[in-house]
Amino acid sequence: MAKIAILNYIKRSSPVHELTGTTKLIFFIAWSVTSMVTFDTRVLVCMLAVGAVIFKVSQIRIRDINVVLGLAAVFLLLNNFFIYLFTPEYGVELYESRDLLFTIVGRYTVTAQQLFYHLNITLKVICVVPIALLFIACTDPSEFASSLARIGVSYRAGYAVSLALRYIPDVQREYRNISQAQQARGIDISGKDKLFTRLKNSVAILLPLIMSSLNRIETVSNAMELRGFGKKDKRTWYTRRELGRNDWLAIGFAVVILAAGLIVTFWDGSRYFNPFLRW
Amino acid sequence: MAQPIISFKDYGFQYTAQASPTLHHINLDIYPGEKVLIAGASGSGKSTIGSCLNGLIPYAYPGESTGKLTIGGKDPKESSIFELSQIVGTVLQDTDGQFIGLTVGEDIAFALENDCVPQDQMKETVHEVAKLVDIDHHLEYAPHDLSGGQKQRVSLAGVMVEQVKVLLFDEPLANLDPAAGRVTIELIDEVQKRTGAAVIIIEHRLEDVLWRSVDRIVLMDEGRIVADMPTKDFLSGDMLLEHGIREPLYLTALRYAGISITKELEPQHVESLTLSGEQKEKVRSWYRDNAGLTGAKKERRELLRVENLSFGYTPEVQNLKDVSFSIEEGEMVSIVGKNGAGKSTLAKLICGFEKPTSGRICLEGRDLSGDTIKERAKTIGYVMQNPNQMISKPMIWDEVEMALLSGDMNEQERKERVEETLKICGLYPFRKWPVSALSYGQKKRVTIAGILVQRPQIIILDEPTAGQDYHHYTEIMEFLKELNTQGFTIVMITHDMHLMLEYTPRAIVFCEGMLLADTTAARVLNDPSLVQRANLKETSLYTLSVMCGIEEPQEFTERFIAYEEARRRR
Amino acid sequence: MKKLSVKSVVAIGIGAALFFVLGKVAIPSPVPNTNISLQYAVQAVFATLFGPIAGVIIGFIGHTLIDATSYGPWWSWIIASAFVGLVIGLFTMKMNTEEGIDNKKLVRFNVAQIIAHILAWGVVAPVLDILIYAEPVEKLFAQGLMAAAANIITTGVVGTLLLLGYSKTVVKKGSLEKED
Repeated sequence: MAKIAILNYIKRSSPVHELTGTTKLIFFIAWSVTSMVTFDTRVLVCMLAVGAVIFKVSQIRIRDINVVLGLAAVFLLLNNFFIYLFTPEYGVELYESRDLLFTIVGRYTVTAQQLFYHLNITLKVICVVPIALLFIACTDPSEFASSLARIGVSYRAGYAVSLALRYIPDVQREYRNISQAQQARGIDISGKDKLFTRLKNSVAILLPLIMSSLNRIETVSNAMELRGFGKKDKRTWYTRRELGRNDWLAIGFAVVILAAGLIVTFWDGSRYFNPFLRW
Repeated sequence: MAQPIISFKDYGFQYTAQASPTLHHINLDIYPGEKVLIAGASGSGKSTIGSCLNGLIPYAYPGESTGKLTIGGKDPKESSIFELSQIVGTVLQDTDGQFIGLTVGEDIAFALENDCVPQDQMKETVHEVAKLVDIDHHLEYAPHDLSGGQKQRVSLAGVMVEQVKVLLFDEPLANLDPAAGRVTIELIDEVQKRTGAAVIIIEHRLEDVLWRSVDRIVLMDEGRIVADMPTKDFLSGDMLLEHGIREPLYLTALRYAGISITKELEPQHVESLTLSGEQKEKVRSWYRDNAGLTGAKKERRELLRVENLSFGYTPEVQNLKDVSFSIEEGEMVSIVGKNGAGKSTLAKLICGFEKPTSGRICLEGRDLSGDTIKERAKTIGYVMQNPNQMISKPMIWDEVEMALLSGDMNEQERKERVEETLKICGLYPFRKWPVSALSYGQKKRVTIAGILVQRPQIIILDEPTAGQDYHHYTEIMEFLKELNTQGFTIVMITHDMHLMLEYTPRAIVFCEGMLLADTTAARVLNDPSLVQRANLKETSLYTLSVMCGIEEPQEFTERFIAYEEARRRR
Repeated sequence: MKKLSVKSVVAIGIGAALFFVLGKVAIPSPVPNTNISLQYAVQAVFATLFGPIAGVIIGFIGHTLIDATSYGPWWSWIIASAFVGLVIGLFTMKMNTEEGIDNKKLVRFNVAQIIAHILAWGVVAPVLDILIYAEPVEKLFAQGLMAAAANIITTGVVGTLLLLGYSKTVVKKGSLEKED
């Protein structure tokens, strides 16, 4: 059977790999929060630089993840395009000044403020990308559930994540098999048919898939019940690793980034770093 | 005598959702260290007994019980499913469903994790148990890197970590190829000897389970125990067939030869048989008398040709290597080999689901490589293993009609075609029924009808009888045989040695992506080296014929099959 | 909070796996960049069968996994996906789907999914995007309403048919008679 890589966990040895899942999860959350809150170009640039260094350390190579990077690029391009399409002078509003560079046509002007806004929004997205990718590529999926439990998520919900990861390949294979067999009976969902027809056709694949998933739910929950899942309020984890010195350092570093990012961002009372004010 | 660990006293059970009880007046004691086989056809209540033992009844499946049941001295109703699971460990039929962890190690540890066992102790136990079932070198493996047999070892280890007193196996052979099934039976035997746990095996494949001795056989039918006796006594009676269980082939052969099966014959294994010289002569004379039954092969027209076909899902792995063969019109062929040998991949290539890296497939001399899946489907039909994976319309009529809707037939033509197809498949009386009202075997017919409605020249079926008891197996296979006599060419991918022997004159054997043999089914199963390389299993007929001094064991098998078929036809 | 039952845990896990797989095999649609998102139809069915908590977590896990394997998580939309499951689950609670599904229940299901998608993509996602990314309101609402419309159609057609199919498949053997 064809193997389908799902989460692209890439097993290598690097300091990033050695950190526990818990540490990486905390780091990832702190990082995401900082990048979401801040609109300060200086903070974002710093984060991007630090992210690049961590990426280098992780032994993950660009070509391991070029598909993902491509998708991220397309996403960013489209997002920027739509923002410009709807509000070509949004930056002017946001930064309360206007330096017109040139005009493309009609209301579609190009201003320094708009370009700066696009730069910031792009930075906000790309500074998360390396850390998100690393989190996925360097964390053993087996550690997800126990990491979630460690940061306070109920182990039942955490285990649902583990089950999702466990059964994604099975569901994927089943989807593929069912859809091939149905295609042989004239069911086509990719072709040139009308939208409504294609939606109706997709039911011919989804209904058997759902019925078989419901059966699977029954079997798996029986199997789990028979082996004592949910017996106690707590549970231990086969794959959990204790936090070491590097873990505490990394967590400390994450907290510093979060704090520093927030302090720098809000120092002047505004979330936006506005270079145009001083001009 | 010791206290029984499990004791049913006049026990009855009725599921809340059902109108009548599933179990009636069950009296059964199981003692520590015993090995018991619970046999019975589908719907006989044998699985319900299993659910009573592990606590799924009443905790997951509510219902009314009567009489008394004690497990380890406790009444399950006053216990909990967790307490019961520490006495009875269950290995479910669906090894993928039971494999919960992301890796082997995690899955074995699952019960310990739930019990809050500290990690170092947990790792130690996991290692010990993994060693016991010989999976300790695979602790880091993910489930999709394992074979069915290996997954089963993991399941077994996962329940053994709790040091249960009873090991319950629910249809352990259903998803395994013949050789893996045999290894499983050996493993169960070994584990029992080492741990001293009582073992209960629920299975309908009697001969395969009896590869290793069991102390007792309990036969179920319609919710009642109809027999409960030591293996020897059990086999010397003739209650098997009337309760829908297939008798071991060597015993059937002895009966055909006019030998009555008695305890003294030691009938529990083919190797243990103590046949007298006179009895052996009887078998030989039966063999001589049936010489005329096996006929010569008919000359037919070539329909499908596969030439030098190679394929890999990824560039690094070759799932099929230079495969060539042809199928003639009106044939019924088995494709056999162990899991992962490339059988299903071959079917996918023939149907056009995947594109070959090299080689070609021709139908009536025409290269199919330019045809889409849909175009090929008009000449080559593909039926998936599990009918529930194909049925996508609630009503039978709609399900069968589906493939025609995208074609250019008008309504009247479609109606006629569907009606005709339903008649061929014996489903015409049910045409206005919802699919949900049908039995498994009938659903299988519906999916076959859904393919036949396009009038393909060849039908490929993936494991048509997997998991079916003898009754349903016979029902499905007789139906396919009937279709074959009506002129449909049928190709089956299968693990089932009986199926191959009884229904398909020809077998194509695969091993690691290569075509290993293309010959008669009987010859395949009488060639020890082929049997071993393809993970098959020789039949007990082979052993019997050797024992009786018959020089051509393969001819013995062929005569036996022909004789059986002639009997069935009468 | 009430503890999740084992069955709910498994339903969430398998539901999220389905959400992920369907989200990854996007069906191209004629309008660029608005793929048909079948995962919302399946999420709606699971929210109806297993309740609001299952609905929320399926959306959250499923969408996070999709994003994490494509371009990094876009939290506002992830939260909106979770919200869809919550609203549908709440509206369809106590619908007793096991006893069969009639037109009244289907109407309720559809009202629930329409409200859920309008709120999720018309309010929750854009508001979060404004808070997090300070994106322009016009773009966000245009984008949100397009997504809402596409998801309402998908869930309305596919989700409804799936529920109907489900209810007909679990129907009991009744007074059916053979016809010659």
